[in-house]
Amino acid sequence: MRKVENNKAWLLVLPVFLLVAFSAIVPLMTVVNYSVQDIFDQNNAYFVGSEWYREILRDPRLHESLLRQFMFSFAVLAIEIPLGIGIALMMPTKGKMASVCLILVAIPLLIPWNVVGTIWQIFGRADIGLFGWSLTSLGMDYNYASNPIDAWATVLLMDVWHWTPLVALLCYSGLRAIPEAFYQAARIDRASKWAIFRHIQLPKLKNVLVIGVLLRFMDSFMIYTEPFVLTGGGPGNSTTFLSQTLTQMAIGQFDLGPAAAFSLIYFLIVLLVSWLFFTTINHMDKDK
Amino acid sequence: MSWMAWTQTTAIFFSVIACILIAMTIFEIKVPSTERRGFLPIETSRGDRLFIGLLSSAYLHLVFLGFTEIALWVPLAISVVWVGIVLRWG
Repeated sequence: MRKVENNKAWLLVLPVFLLVAFSAIVPLMTVVNYSVQDIFDQNNAYFVGSEWYREILRDPRLHESLLRQFMFSFAVLAIEIPLGIGIALMMPTKGKMASVCLILVAIPLLIPWNVVGTIWQIFGRADIGLFGWSLTSLGMDYNYASNPIDAWATVLLMDVWHWTPLVALLCYSGLRAIPEAFYQAARIDRASKWAIFRHIQLPKLKNVLVIGVLLRFMDSFMIYTEPFVLTGGGPGNSTTFLSQTLTQMAIGQFDLGPAAAFSLIYFLIVLLVSWLFFTTINHMDKDK
Repeated sequence: MSWMAWTQTTAIFFSVIACILIAMTIFEIKVPSTERRGFLPIETSRGDRLFIGLLSSAYLHLVFLGFTEIALWVPLAISVVWVGIVLRWG
């Protein structure tokens, strides 16, 4: 039988395409245009070719921010993914407690980024903040405003507090989707809890973990508001990440050309790492 | 469109990208591709290979810009050959 082909369904994609073009593609093209010009104002722009790219790629500020950014993102992933899985495994599956736990876990996700920064800014202060006061009372010399290690630990802790619930909720939904028959078969085989986790739960969580790792990597790689509110990038530049360096360049110094070149390099890094994550995890199954 | 601060160079760049995408779409409709494995370590479709070729070309340009003073015609020529190789044998 001859198959009837109807391509009218493509028209349904048109609104999304227009929306993406308006919100992403056109602004990105504008950034590319800016990156090859010295922009003074709307009527005064001079073509400079690849000069800004050369300047930015050799700028030590970019190298330092990039290193800090990778360290931060990998620390975030190393803590939040195992912790999120652990919390999801411990959460009750039935009854009122399941709903209570879900709401409690989801609360940090509902708080706006700048509010999270403010909460932790106060929470970490030794004079009026519970966290800072507790550490100081224990005899620790804790001050996130003057000690880079304390600042790093506080920014990391803040991100873990804010975003681990996302990983936990994703894993929780993944765990609930595993059919009971798998657990019954494991019980018949007298499988240990570790064996159930290793051979049933973890493989079944793979898809939600791919989404979790991608979301957390991209989000942590673009982090701006929370560390800006908490530490302002300091002490010194110790918690100045890529987006903050970019903002200083674009808005603080109004260097639109170099900032546009910086943005595109930033975009290419996010694109490459996200693609590597996605492709590696996606092809693991095929290779098996 | 003046707010987009167009230049001749960027207009040519985007036109070439648009032409490549249109040509690849027409080619895909006329001759649909299936995933296959070439010298790249993963199975790829034609679109995947184009993406890999373009992304690696962008990085090649950044390497030349960051570490050398060589004119960009050199990495551009290498990139054209590289994208062709990836599309054919990747």
